[in-house]
Amino acid sequence: MAVAARNAELTIARRRHAGMGIFFLAVALVIVGIFARTTPAGLDTTFGLNPARLTTAMRLPDLVLPSLPSLWFLAAVCAFLGGWQVAKGFRSTGWALGVVAFAFVAAFLIWAARGKSMNLVGMLSSSLLRAIPIALGAFCGILCERAAVINIAIEGMMLTAAFMAAWVGSITHNLWIALMAAMLSSAFLAAILAVLSIKFKVDQIVSGTVINIFATGLTSYLSAKFLQVYQNLNNPGIFKPISLPLLSRIPIIGPVFFEHNIIVYITFLLLILIHVMLFYTRWGLRTRAVGEHPKAADTLGVNVFRTRYINVIMGGLVAGIGGAFFTIGSVGRFDEVMTAGKGFIGLAAMIFGKWTPFGAFGSSIIFGFADSLQTKLQILQVPIPSEFLLMAPYLVTMVVLAGVIGRAIPPAADGQPYEKQ
Amino acid sequence: MSERKERALRNDQDTRAQALAKLLLRPARGSLLQAILLPVLAVFTALIIGALVIVFTDLQVLNLYKDFFSAPGKALAASWKSIASAYSALFKGSIGNPAEFANAISVLRETGDTAPLRQAFWPISESLVTSVPYIFAGLAVALGFQCGLFNIGAEGQIFIGALASVYVGYSVKGLPQYIHLPLAFFAGAAAAGLWAAVAGVLKAKTGAHEVINTIMMNYIAFLLSDWLLNGPMRRPGWAPISPAIRDSAWLPKFFPDPLRFHAGFFVALGIAAVVYWLLFKTTIGFEIRSVGANPDAARYAGISVTRNFVLAMFLSGALAGMAGANEVLGVNHQLASAFSSGYGFDSIALALLGKSHPAGVVLAALLFGTLRSGATRMQSLAGVPVDIISILQALVIIFIAAPAIIRWIYRIRLEREVGETVFTRGWGQ
Repeated sequence: MAVAARNAELTIARRRHAGMGIFFLAVALVIVGIFARTTPAGLDTTFGLNPARLTTAMRLPDLVLPSLPSLWFLAAVCAFLGGWQVAKGFRSTGWALGVVAFAFVAAFLIWAARGKSMNLVGMLSSSLLRAIPIALGAFCGILCERAAVINIAIEGMMLTAAFMAAWVGSITHNLWIALMAAMLSSAFLAAILAVLSIKFKVDQIVSGTVINIFATGLTSYLSAKFLQVYQNLNNPGIFKPISLPLLSRIPIIGPVFFEHNIIVYITFLLLILIHVMLFYTRWGLRTRAVGEHPKAADTLGVNVFRTRYINVIMGGLVAGIGGAFFTIGSVGRFDEVMTAGKGFIGLAAMIFGKWTPFGAFGSSIIFGFADSLQTKLQILQVPIPSEFLLMAPYLVTMVVLAGVIGRAIPPAADGQPYEKQ
Repeated sequence: MSERKERALRNDQDTRAQALAKLLLRPARGSLLQAILLPVLAVFTALIIGALVIVFTDLQVLNLYKDFFSAPGKALAASWKSIASAYSALFKGSIGNPAEFANAISVLRETGDTAPLRQAFWPISESLVTSVPYIFAGLAVALGFQCGLFNIGAEGQIFIGALASVYVGYSVKGLPQYIHLPLAFFAGAAAAGLWAAVAGVLKAKTGAHEVINTIMMNYIAFLLSDWLLNGPMRRPGWAPISPAIRDSAWLPKFFPDPLRFHAGFFVALGIAAVVYWLLFKTTIGFEIRSVGANPDAARYAGISVTRNFVLAMFLSGALAGMAGANEVLGVNHQLASAFSSGYGFDSIALALLGKSHPAGVVLAALLFGTLRSGATRMQSLAGVPVDIISILQALVIIFIAAPAIIRWIYRIRLEREVGETVFTRGWGQ
């Protein structure tokens, strides 16, 4: 029995390995068959490496690549990795997947901007901005799910926080108070989620859905009743970008990462903080124990309920920052249902990033990139409908979740209410 | 494996199967009163909290509360007036105005003119028209729940259903109505069913949770519909709208304008009956419910969990697709982008309120349809934004899903239900 089971497992593992290799080969085929085939020889692709507003000390020359040879090169890289994976198999496939993903994106950009020029720095910078709320949502998800509480209410929490930030900011004319209000309102919803799913043991997906519906209804209601009637209630102002000294002067990296507003920097800090706390502190160990095996944790004296309450509420605070970003971090006004599913994408980024802060952040950047790409493509008049590009993150999430390329394994006790015995 | 072991295993499976059968076939304990009490109290409590929201967001009333201690009567009277005007507008907008009915009947008697009567019946006709997609979508979510699947993707499936049936509706020519109409209707159901079955297959084969997948597929469906309506299916003109469907695909209407009440209502009731029959009177339904009650036990009893996940998801999607088809064939006769505006999401609340039972779903759908069509009137007459409905819905779900709260508020003993529906399980299982 046991041997057969292990053999079956091995076969599955092998098949998955081969599957990933075939996936790499398919990417190579797409690059050759679609991108290279529709690129005439002799064209160059120009990537601008300077920000639109020039703040770096020196101006970098544009990066000019010959389109067709570059495409062939990238295809060759993917084909080589794919062939190797099918024939022998890499021990760890993470980096290979990363290289192939990068090659594909690079190929796509080279193809999209063939014979034209595209400002790479500007695009990466806007990708980062679009990734911020997704990443904060994903962090919220990590904090909750590492303690085994599924939080699909991130969307509703962010929406409420966005609303509160706009409202309180307009009344107090103080963005910091607005940010606090956003965080507290989101944490309040998180507390409701926690009580419903921990104390009343309501199905966690049902309670999350409730909060989403409630938040959508309440913010739209109050917005229609007040914000749209009294415009001065919907004019909170925004956090201004801050150029970090020295860091912002680094070419390319500086303008992409270090010329943003405070919420972006808070996100960087949270990324490191959550990573360190989750994997190197007592709190993190307890959290993970509660998420993987609550009964064992309980036996060892960890208060399962308290840990879950604290984590969910902390998640709410983090999602609140993400919500505030929509209003006082970017456009400076609240619109009904303005989060437009970013909370759900955050959840997807969390799964894609395998419940780790860095993984989730990286996935958020990918989603943000796809998001900002579609506006660029319209400018470049690429013959792909923008809708298909926007579908990409959702499709990728489904593919990842299905375990075709890599497997996403949630904390073992995720979603199960704990009954103390 | 030795023969004895095999027999022991078979016996074990038999007893498990019997236990499961007992669990599922046993009539629900507790009185009918009990079954009705909770939903009624939930709706009632939600309406009260909704009233509080209406009062405390009414600036005129709030101003009076500033002088509450010097003139409490004034503030309370104004509060009452605010609530009364909102809820009476809701009633007039959804059921009708009694005075208007009386007037219309006297006009009919004197002059034989039916126009005022039609006008008086207009609110109730609108309520019923709005209920129809709710019935379909509610059944969709409920059927999923019965199999332990949380189909949060009804909204996207409605879009897919509508796209397919509008396509059949305008592109197929020269068919008589008795072929064209069912063809368009079931094309919508089939397309949405297949669409949803993807999530079922993914769950069955890879364990990927249907909640995330159906959410993702919602967005894909919206984008697909945007693309189709802006591209291949766009009617020449400035708005992203599909061509109008042919008359032969219209669901028949019974009354002249402005009454939009159409045959879809009876189709929905019929489908609800079919779903009831399927779930509770057939082997297929028994299997679906077994998997929903306890997939492990069902597997031991020899029921294919995999197949039932796919089947239930297909049927659920097909029902949601019927909601889309109904809107296209019965109400709009064309497809504009963003036409559904939340029927799919509301249907989650609805299925919970109806306890995932087809009869309960129909009642809940009538309630929601009434509320929703009345809310539009409430917005124009009493200045209460239509979004109050979402707040009410969320409250209703909370009270239904956590009956302990209702028990606590009203100090009543509600019996714990036997074999409570399990809605979902964690991501990984």
